[in-house]
Amino acid sequence: MKLKGADILINCLLEQGVDTIFGYPGGTVLDIYDALYRNGKINHILTAHEQGAAHAADGYARATGKVGVCFATSGPGATNLVTGIATAYMDSIPMVAITGNVGLNMLGRDSFQEIDIAGITIPITKHNFIVKDVKDLAETVRKAFYIASSGRKGPVLIDILKNVQIAECEYEPATPVKYVQSPVSENALYDIAKAINEGKKPVIMAGGGVIAAEASSLLKELAEKINAPITYTLMGKGAIAESDEKCLGMIGMHGTIASARTVLNADTIIALGTRFSDRVALNRDLFAKEKTVIHVDIDNAEIDKNVCTDYHVTADVKETLKTLIPMLESRKNDEWMKAVAEFKELDKHKKTDNQLACTILKTASQIAPKDSPLITDVGQHQMWTAQYFKLEKPRLFCSSGGLGTMGYGMGAAIGAAFGTGKVCVLVTGDGCFNMNLNELSTAVTEGVPLVILLMNNGVLGMVRQWQKIFYGKRFSQTTLKKKTDYVKFAESFGAKGLVIDSEEKVESVLKEAFDYAVNNLAPVLVDCRISCDENVLPMIKPGMTYDTQLEDLEDK
Amino acid sequence: MAEIKRYTIGALAANKSGVLSRITGLFTRRGYNIESLTACDTENPEYSRMTIVLKGDEYTLYQMIKQMDKLEDVIKVGCADEFDSVCRELMLAKVSAKPEIRSQLIEICEIYKAKVVDFSRETLILEITGTPSKLNAFVKIIEPYGILEMQRTGVIALARGENTLK
Repeated sequence: MKLKGADILINCLLEQGVDTIFGYPGGTVLDIYDALYRNGKINHILTAHEQGAAHAADGYARATGKVGVCFATSGPGATNLVTGIATAYMDSIPMVAITGNVGLNMLGRDSFQEIDIAGITIPITKHNFIVKDVKDLAETVRKAFYIASSGRKGPVLIDILKNVQIAECEYEPATPVKYVQSPVSENALYDIAKAINEGKKPVIMAGGGVIAAEASSLLKELAEKINAPITYTLMGKGAIAESDEKCLGMIGMHGTIASARTVLNADTIIALGTRFSDRVALNRDLFAKEKTVIHVDIDNAEIDKNVCTDYHVTADVKETLKTLIPMLESRKNDEWMKAVAEFKELDKHKKTDNQLACTILKTASQIAPKDSPLITDVGQHQMWTAQYFKLEKPRLFCSSGGLGTMGYGMGAAIGAAFGTGKVCVLVTGDGCFNMNLNELSTAVTEGVPLVILLMNNGVLGMVRQWQKIFYGKRFSQTTLKKKTDYVKFAESFGAKGLVIDSEEKVESVLKEAFDYAVNNLAPVLVDCRISCDENVLPMIKPGMTYDTQLEDLEDK
Repeated sequence: MAEIKRYTIGALAANKSGVLSRITGLFTRRGYNIESLTACDTENPEYSRMTIVLKGDEYTLYQMIKQMDKLEDVIKVGCADEFDSVCRELMLAKVSAKPEIRSQLIEICEIYKAKVVDFSRETLILEITGTPSKLNAFVKIIEPYGILEMQRTGVIALARGENTLK
């Protein structure tokens, strides 16, 4: 049948199973929005700002595993997506961003709201397209979804010129091509199996790739079979249930004492779907010195990029484990596991345990409805959340790991809520929240059940912590001095506002907040007034080794 | 310190607009040091073939090949040094050639199998093809005569024998 380009786009999105789009209309996407209106089958969430739409598509993708979709108009609409696309790119999140652009006859003439968004997004997309001819549109959209969700996942941008949206073309429905992971042969894993069988003190490092590959249960099976402890990176939070006795907690700069000691004492590191970033390896040359490193990653370019490996395979984690586990000998490792259990004891009483923020997070972790998606912004509160808010399942944790995008949380929480239909928890700070608090209006309008725990310390806590350690306590521009009354702010937006200003109020206020969100399907903002001197600990300084982990800031 | 060497990389890419900027952008943002890049159509209009000369260590070489391989538009990429390859480069050089020294220059050209492709009262344009080292040697010899301007195409390379990049 003959359809207009804009209608072909909507039909192609439906082919791919798209049920929700986050976006913002404008001049060059009017035809697309008209087609969306006439079609009426896709839920569109109108955000306050395109950045919010991009983060929402990202949150949707992280929470569901499906491809997140966002729309924006040309020019400023498109450039506003950039931070959101880059965030998704750094964390390998499948996303398709669709922008309009001026018509072909206006292109290259610096027309109103014309921008080369494809050029701008080359370094932050897995791939991108400019569609200049309606005949290429359907195939491009299908290809974009395939690229976004295959191999190492990532964002893809499609820039559709105005003339393409209007022009008519023959449209033939198609079923999406499913990406099938190729199985991994025993031959490819022979050396890896041998190294694991020979290792005496193994530790498994689980990254975001375990979650992307849906390999959590195989991860658990691997750990059980060879009796190895598991530590996870920020992106891997949820890959292993935190109540599992083999779980050591997070690894890296602000990782647990147990994970640091275990990695230090291990002889074999089994790294699954992780890229040894500087926040994890810290010192890439010394991180795994004199240890056997086994690296499984779907992206060949990650092998030997940061940390040199002894054995590796470029493959999907799930497919690798399917073949690998039967090749491994069942092991007891009693002595090693005893040592690991002792390391775990060291985390039981930490310096930060009684900080108000940490108490709030521990309590929220117990009060929040089971399997609520947990979204964070970036900074101290993000690390506290990773440390104190316990998750039992994958795909519940949405946090900007690689790019470290302040302001990510509000949009992502909206996306996660629409993806899962569950009550969501957003942990944010007053610095981050102020970057994109406009999206609270979206959450109210759309009736998003969301509990926002605003860790309000009046400072940019993480930057301040670094100024404390590395810059002689010269707190340059990290004191916010805002006079905002967050309860009134929340109320003026139509949300509920609550305050926690002492330990006694933690439980009752959190209960009230979750009850309200659940019963009213609406956002609640909890202004958690914490001290500006709370710290994130333990800490390993950038570029340092795991034996220099600080448990307190004074004992450096 | 890892050894810094020159490596020749061959790539087959989709012959589409924007491919070159995707590749050059990759070099810039990952800090790779490129000496030359040559790209052109092939016998198949869908593909373009490029040869890149990289100055760096082995780590950089393999990272660059792997990162290029990830680009959707790059069909195949590999290090030409791994095969026995034929490498060639073309150069045009305009030299000042007053009548009294012209014959000397023409003699040099004969030895190097270079050609005179333009002739004016005061200048000559010389054309030479060969390996980069041959071209370097030629430049050294003609430099004292006064090179007014010159341009090199950068290296192109094909593996000898049965090996192809397809």
